Amino acid sequence: MKLLDVSNLHASVETDDGPQPILKGLNLTVKAGEVHAIMGPNGSGKSTLANILSGRPGYTVDGGEVMLGNNNLLNLEPFERAQMGIFLAFQYPVEIPGVSNMEFLKASIDSLARARGEEQPNTANFMRTVRELAGSLDLDPAFLKRGVNEGFSGGEKKRNEIMQLLLLNPKLALLDETDSGLDIDALKVVADGVNRYRNQSNGVVLITHYQRLLDYIVPDYVHVLSNGLIIESGDKSLALELEAKGYAWLT
Amino acid sequence: MGKSSVDDLVEAGSEYHAGFVTDVESETLPPGLDESVVHFISARKDEPQWLTDWRLEAFAKWRKMREPNWAHVHYPPIDFQAISYYSAPKSQTDGPRSLDEVDPELLRTYEKLGIPLHEQAALAGVVPDPAAVGTPEGTNIAVDVVFDSVSIATTFKETLAQAGVIFCPISEAVHSHPDLVQKYLGSVIPQQDNYYAALNSAVFSDGSFVYIPKGVRCPMELSTYFRINERNTGQFERTLIIADEGSHVSYLEGCTAPMRDENQLHAAVVELVALGDAEIKYSTVQNWYPGDENGKGGIYNFVTKRGLCAGPRAKISWTQVETGSAITWKYPSVVLRGDESVGEFYSVALTNNRQQADTGTKMIHMGKNTKSTIVSKGISAGGSENCYRGLVRISPTAQNARNFTQCDSLLIGDQCGAHTFPYIENKNNSATVEHEASTSKVSDDQLFVCQQRGIETEQAVSMIVNGFCKDVFRELPMEFAVEAGKLLEVSLEGAVG
Repeated sequence: MKLLDVSNLHASVETDDGPQPILKGLNLTVKAGEVHAIMGPNGSGKSTLANILSGRPGYTVDGGEVMLGNNNLLNLEPFERAQMGIFLAFQYPVEIPGVSNMEFLKASIDSLARARGEEQPNTANFMRTVRELAGSLDLDPAFLKRGVNEGFSGGEKKRNEIMQLLLLNPKLALLDETDSGLDIDALKVVADGVNRYRNQSNGVVLITHYQRLLDYIVPDYVHVLSNGLIIESGDKSLALELEAKGYAWLT
Repeated sequence: MGKSSVDDLVEAGSEYHAGFVTDVESETLPPGLDESVVHFISARKDEPQWLTDWRLEAFAKWRKMREPNWAHVHYPPIDFQAISYYSAPKSQTDGPRSLDEVDPELLRTYEKLGIPLHEQAALAGVVPDPAAVGTPEGTNIAVDVVFDSVSIATTFKETLAQAGVIFCPISEAVHSHPDLVQKYLGSVIPQQDNYYAALNSAVFSDGSFVYIPKGVRCPMELSTYFRINERNTGQFERTLIIADEGSHVSYLEGCTAPMRDENQLHAAVVELVALGDAEIKYSTVQNWYPGDENGKGGIYNFVTKRGLCAGPRAKISWTQVETGSAITWKYPSVVLRGDESVGEFYSVALTNNRQQADTGTKMIHMGKNTKSTIVSKGISAGGSENCYRGLVRISPTAQNARNFTQCDSLLIGDQCGAHTFPYIENKNNSATVEHEASTSKVSDDQLFVCQQRGIETEQAVSMIVNGFCKDVFRELPMEFAVEAGKLLEVSLEGAVG
């Protein structure tokens, strides 16, 4: 079953010098149960892809189509996309001072439930679930009372993103360089979280610079994004080849 | 991307939910101000000679004073002769009555505003949030309601009387407890303190009077709800709260007015006196009509509020949530005269559209080891101007005085302004004075993070703003904290369009 279908996507980013084309006719299909790794040199459009799919302001879609199941995502507000099951694990999680993690997560899960016509979870049960999840990711439960990402270390921020992934259980997870800035122990915790999330009905798009993450999260496909287009696709061995040879031989 | 960025949020005007008019027949003085108006008001309330004289003295002083112009606010000159200085619903002209006799139309007004005047009900509109853990059952709150120039009802009087607490309209206290009123009226805010205080002293109409006897902890929250209804009237209420030695009281104040195209003046005076070891906690949720999105109409809220820590270890705490009024000019202050007395000021001031706020506090340290805390959170949206102005004065006698001040400003959009004017006068070198300030913006990134987790734009803004205000909301009584959060939501509602 096709989960995500991106066809002929053209997009540009708004800069001070006017719109700058970034994606130039990108195609990508993710079926349920699959993990796709997107690799590529800096500036090739990897993060732009994640931002466009989730509807971040500041980008313009110049052409093409993005379908999540039967829904055309491009006409939807960011919160509507989230309610349909798109999840972005941020490369740089931002702080929201004074809004506790617990409060934020409850607002999130309630909004998702409301949009899907489901019952909102009971507060006590919800809090228990969150505490257990935090523990399983080596996060001190005290951090749930602190402001969202306020005073978190880089590793804590990334583990927090993964905790949200597990809690919200979206259809499609976009992980934007979740491995950057992590030491090897934290990397394993994050990878373990993503593997727990994976199942036959959801999908993962994993944006990364480094093959080492793929030792822990084994992808079904590896794509090389360069200058706004996917120029090479393969299985996990492609990542190893890139690690050995760099990107130059492809471009 | 539609309405998902901050800029889009600040475009439209806000909705004001308390903007309706109550259709009651009123006895309203024609506009204009001279000695005869002062005489009329005094006679209307059957006041003793000393009070009439006191008013006339204030009026004479006011005539010689000039309107202050140092605040960072702009408005056309006020024509004080175009204002009516007294308005009362006709059904109330025969003096105070029991609750059963209050005009049903007035009762409906308060019901609509979420202020039930039935004693079995707690203050409504403040239903505890089920998500908040450990919310207590709704507790009873005694309410005094002031409609234009008169107090129309005070609830729970008898329960309070059993504890020795006096809670009644000040017009009634003048007759029932003249000694207390005469002793303390104007004792914290002298007649000539400032232009609007002098005006209020001359023409004040009604307001609440509270006396807590020695050693008594007031058994319930006390609350006054102010409502302006009549057109072209000013409201000049006067509140006097006296906490005798070792007593404790928590007092809440709320305000609303109909939506009108012209500006209306509200010039209140609130005096608090805390004797030794007494504590007064005074909380305000001010939601006067702010005017429309183009700045037409709205209340001019020019208010003088001051507390005196008269004895040792007295404590006065002001907490205010200011979301309304076209212009707010207000500096709830504490005079720390008693040794080891404590003054606190916690404030959230939100301005949207064309609103202007110049608000803050004064902490006057006179006693030894006195301590004050100021936490101010200013939120500006739309094309509004929000200004913190504060004075910390350490007198030569205030050995080891301490002050901590924190002023934070949050900007929503790029058409608004935030300003901070902190004044520190230190005349004692044993004092410790700390000041912290910050300015931040609700960023597109913060909004996007919330939206990416499925939270809709409006809720996201209100969550971010509430987070910013958390330090102040924590200080509000539970019932008010919930209401304050909702009020911010409503006031920002417009910002989302």
